[in-house]
Amino acid sequence: MSKENIIEMYKTMLKIRKFEEFAVVATGEGRIPGFIHLYIGEEAIATGVCANLRPDDYITSTHRGHGHIIAKGGELNKMMAELFGKADGYCKGRGGSMHIADASRGILGANGIVGAGHDIALGAGLSAQYKGTDQVCICFFGDASTNQGTFHESLNMSSTWKLPIVYVCENNGFGISVSQKRHQAIKDVADRGAAYNVPGVVVDGNDVFAVSEAAAEAIKRAREGKGPTIVECKTWRQRGHFEGDPCVYKDKEEQEAWLKKDPIPRLEKYILENGVADEAGLKQVQDEVAAMVKEAVDFADKSPLPDLSSAVQDVYTDIIEEGR
Amino acid sequence: MRTMTYMEAIREAMRMKLKEDENVCTFGEDVGKFGGCFGVYGSLFDEFGEKRVRDTPISEAAIVGMAIGAAATGLRPVAEIMMGDFIAVAMDMLVNQAAKLRYMTGGGITLPMVVRTAGGGGLGAAAQHSQSLEAWLCHVPGLKCVYPSTPADAAGLLLSAINDDNPVVFYEHKGIYGYKGEVPDEIKPIPLGVADVKREGSDVTIVATGKMVWESLKAAEELAKEGINVEVVDPRTLYPLDKETIFNSVKKTSKAVIVTEEVKRGGYGGEISAMIAEEIFDYLDAPVVRVGALNTPIPFASNLESYVLPSAADVVKAVKKLF
Repeated sequence: MSKENIIEMYKTMLKIRKFEEFAVVATGEGRIPGFIHLYIGEEAIATGVCANLRPDDYITSTHRGHGHIIAKGGELNKMMAELFGKADGYCKGRGGSMHIADASRGILGANGIVGAGHDIALGAGLSAQYKGTDQVCICFFGDASTNQGTFHESLNMSSTWKLPIVYVCENNGFGISVSQKRHQAIKDVADRGAAYNVPGVVVDGNDVFAVSEAAAEAIKRAREGKGPTIVECKTWRQRGHFEGDPCVYKDKEEQEAWLKKDPIPRLEKYILENGVADEAGLKQVQDEVAAMVKEAVDFADKSPLPDLSSAVQDVYTDIIEEGR
Repeated sequence: MRTMTYMEAIREAMRMKLKEDENVCTFGEDVGKFGGCFGVYGSLFDEFGEKRVRDTPISEAAIVGMAIGAAATGLRPVAEIMMGDFIAVAMDMLVNQAAKLRYMTGGGITLPMVVRTAGGGGLGAAAQHSQSLEAWLCHVPGLKCVYPSTPADAAGLLLSAINDDNPVVFYEHKGIYGYKGEVPDEIKPIPLGVADVKREGSDVTIVATGKMVWESLKAAEELAKEGINVEVVDPRTLYPLDKETIFNSVKKTSKAVIVTEEVKRGGYGGEISAMIAEEIFDYLDAPVVRVGALNTPIPFASNLESYVLPSAADVVKAVKKLF
């Protein structure tokens, strides 16, 4: 991997981290309404996977979607404005954190229903195969969503038809508050692929190189018409299920151990040790990212609240129902 | 004009769209070689091949979910859910995904997709294969709901449903697949949201949907013998609903009877009834009357089923209450 590519991945991971760290503050200050689900600690996965994608490839995302959207090229300004519930947000303030989509970049949407993306990904995969393109669809999901029927339906169908889908499991150890060992009797979600003749690989999800390498292989397979793969990335949700979750269910020692495996300091260490960049080089990226986040916050702050008339728009392409 | 069954008319419209637009594809359980559980697709699989007419596993949520993903990425899918009852299995995909993606994403995602399904009873198929659940879908902003009663309407409305850029649930009544009617030689799209007066009359308005249009027309014949001149209005699409045609008819007759096959409790008939009461109350000479199925699951035994489902006789009885 070239130095530029490594620095680019570092920048993406940092963008996700800093975007969300600001979101934590803004939530605390009451500037972001509702619930946000943070990706902090899992940045290597979206980054490593999306580093292998083309702009015309598709992704389906989850309620914990900021990282996927940023890694696929989503605009921080519009994302932040959406979190603030402003008119210039991705969804014009109608969706919030859990519903950001950007069709122009193949981002088929974060999603508030756990497991919904599995079935939507089928359609994107079908579409690519139908039109004879070599596009792929990445389906991002967590360990707990593999207990939904949609996961099994989707694997069964994509495998039967050899659809170009890569299932990227972000196994962060929890389904909301319930640890993986308490919600499923398997250690590796990748094992579930066997039931559908879908190969599964397990990688260290906090190692961006390991993720990227596994994803590259799976994406190549999908583009060549060989069908779906599960790439299971072991990781850790450093924060709660949602911001404000007191995390009473988390084991302190386990949390401490995982914090030591934080993917961002790991990548920084690699960069320095392997001469990819020096401290000044890292600082330059950090400054650039800080400026981008600041710009996003300014953009969101300046954007107006959505006009009340917009509440009835975009329900349909051609019908607006006014009045109560 | 030519004579076709309801089923043949749907097949013909589907064939036209498959020929006309290569982005139109259709999939569902047994729609391939088998031609669909009721045979609606006939030989379409042989004519267009597996890519366009695709058998799926028995996975209703995935069928609708796949339609959503396909529609979001440039296709115009027509998904078939074999029985209207099975939409319950795909409900998240319809209610939380298809209906809401456009709105939630600020118009960023558009879903030109159709879900065809066969509702209604009368075939001895019992409680999980006979329901009329269209009210569930009409309740959800973001979905359109079409429910044709005649072969010509079915063909013209299916063309419009497929041309529409929004998710449309296309309800077919499985009990009238074999019913015949005249269909134009050149089938043209019938716009969604335009009702049709199936019989003109001056004494009372019946608003009926699906198979109940036929039952209401039978009832109208009976009532005519007794000097009651019935107008039968078929909304044809439940959402968008052509209130104007319904209201104009009720304003003319001053009496309204709503006939739907759904269980009466919480049905869409209640919505139509409430609109009339709320908006044109002053024109009414009598309370709006609803005719629907009894508030039970649909039973199996023929005598029980025909007792539970509304029929022409029930319509006659209801209308007579108003005179």
